[in-house]
Amino acid sequence: MSGRSPRRGGSIGRLERPALAGVLTREVINFSSFWRATTFSSTVEPTIYLLAFGFGFGSLVSEVSGYDYVEFVGTGTVATAVLFSSVFPAMFGTFIKYQFQRTYDAILAAPVDTEELVTAEALWIATRAGTFGCTPLLVAMVFGLDPRAGMLLVPLIGFLAGFGWACFGILVAAVLKSIDNFNYVTSTVITPLFLVAGTFFPISNLPEWARVLAQFNPLHHCVELVRHAAFGFEPGTDVLRVLALLGFGLVMWRLAIWRMTKKLVD
Amino acid sequence: MTDLAIDLRGVVKRYGELTAVAGLDLEVPEGTCVGLLGPNGAGKSTTMKMLTAQAIADEGEITVLGHVLPGDSKAARAQCGVVPQLDNLDTTLTVEQNLRVFAHLYRIERSRRRAAIERALGLANLADRRDTRADKLSGGMRRRLLIARALVHQPRLVLLDEPTVGLDPQVRQELWALIDALRSEGVSILMSTHYIEEAERLADTVTIMAEGRAVASGPPSALVAEHVGRDAVEVYGPPARLAEVEREAQDGGFRTRRTGTSVAVLGVEGSNGAHSPPDADGHAGHLALVRRSLADGHRRETNLEDVFVLLTGEEAT
Ligand SMILES: Nc1ncnc2c1ncn2[C@@H]1O[C@H](COP(=O)(O)OP(=O)(O)OP(=O)(O)O)[C@@H](O)[C@H]1O
Ligand SMILES: [Mg+2]
Repeated sequence: MSGRSPRRGGSIGRLERPALAGVLTREVINFSSFWRATTFSSTVEPTIYLLAFGFGFGSLVSEVSGYDYVEFVGTGTVATAVLFSSVFPAMFGTFIKYQFQRTYDAILAAPVDTEELVTAEALWIATRAGTFGCTPLLVAMVFGLDPRAGMLLVPLIGFLAGFGWACFGILVAAVLKSIDNFNYVTSTVITPLFLVAGTFFPISNLPEWARVLAQFNPLHHCVELVRHAAFGFEPGTDVLRVLALLGFGLVMWRLAIWRMTKKLVD
Repeated sequence: MTDLAIDLRGVVKRYGELTAVAGLDLEVPEGTCVGLLGPNGAGKSTTMKMLTAQAIADEGEITVLGHVLPGDSKAARAQCGVVPQLDNLDTTLTVEQNLRVFAHLYRIERSRRRAAIERALGLANLADRRDTRADKLSGGMRRRLLIARALVHQPRLVLLDEPTVGLDPQVRQELWALIDALRSEGVSILMSTHYIEEAERLADTVTIMAEGRAVASGPPSALVAEHVGRDAVEVYGPPARLAEVEREAQDGGFRTRRTGTSVAVLGVEGSNGAHSPPDADGHAGHLALVRRSLADGHRRETNLEDVFVLLTGEEAT
């Protein structure tokens, strides 16, 4: 007889900390070399939106929904910064890492599962999104937005929304066969969601159907939560908005893991 | 009996219509080096991927270091080092950073990490290149780093998928020395290759794969003795002459191997008088013809390459 004696006990479980930490270490080391470029692209673009709209439109409309327009846009573009710094790095980064660099093949040969890999990547992107998301708020403060204690929750709101968008981006990268197809997702999903989130103009002026649809737009909930963090929470609806973002994150997380497993394990 | 580091029973892996691995049996006893030899597309890389559960078998049983796959694969992977056929280093990271990432991924305790990285740098002979980005390394250095990365946690089992492909002879020799050193430390090794010489030198046993199956398995010398005997005669000539020799030899019960410019008649020891080939009875006429051909040829020892070509029908590299 050959010595086949399956060893049991001390067996390794799911979503283990060392595995998550290992993947995060890779990202942190990578970030330490590239933080300038990443930070630049993730913060400058929303700031340009903020300045362009804030001062462009701001010269036409001084107040929107009872807010000073610069403050309205300043809080709204936090969500833009969160979106841009989560969904795009997730889409492109994931695709490049499995397709061109085969980084994920290397990682999955170590004691790391696809579930841990996806989770760690999404946590990392969400952390960055929560941080970068604060930039427009800081810029708006320079232009007169008053600091408030509630604003300390903005990174958390950004993290929560960013986690969902990161998982969405990973899902897109896992499903699409070519990086050129990313444009379809950007034009048909991300841009519309970005425009009807209440960032630059209030949802309340839109037709009924658009207002209903906006309730299914996670970005809208992110915009509203940030605004309420800056100007005062509405506990009843805000709890629902947090739940909506949690639900979005949870669903996207599981979908991303499912599709990445299909992609990475033959 | 010794424990098995790897045990595959009747493993099948299909990709749609294509069956990449078609009922493979393979054993790697602990502390030995097994060479997986086979032509392109034989299923070597697919087999390697199944050992880390990066491909899931459709049928059969796979046990790695006592862990039943795919369920317990993670525990097995923690004690495995993997050198893939295709380079997948983090090109934007330095040599040292690449090793550091894997020191974390392989869960080396904080207090031992530094030493483990230094040790791996030493193995790869890249200590003076620690701050070079991986994409600035030469091909040979990248390969050494790839191997060092797989060894950073001192695994019990190492899976090497064509570790020396595309390397110059000198670097290849260095890697052979490294692999040999691992084996003498008691590490179990499964190494795929299509370099016969590599398998002959390093492997305790060789499994020859063709079309997803093991067509022969055993120590190189035993495979040679079993399939192609001890001596071969190489006959050179124009194609028509080679075809004739081939036919005569086969009619005489000999196995032959064709190369571009010659035919090798295998297992000819004893056929110049003293002994007859194993199944020569009743082939006396043919035998006379074969003898004449053999007299023109050049006698040499058989080797693993003869076995490989005979069993896979492919010309070896
Ligand atoms: N992901 C995949 N999808 C479809 N077919 C695959 C996949 N991976 C491998 N194959 C097919 O399976 C067969 C075996 O491939 P494999 O890579 O295991 O061969 P190999 O022995 O490693 O060859 P080589 O010496 O060229 O590396 C080939 O026909 C290959 O085309
Ligand atoms: Mg291969």
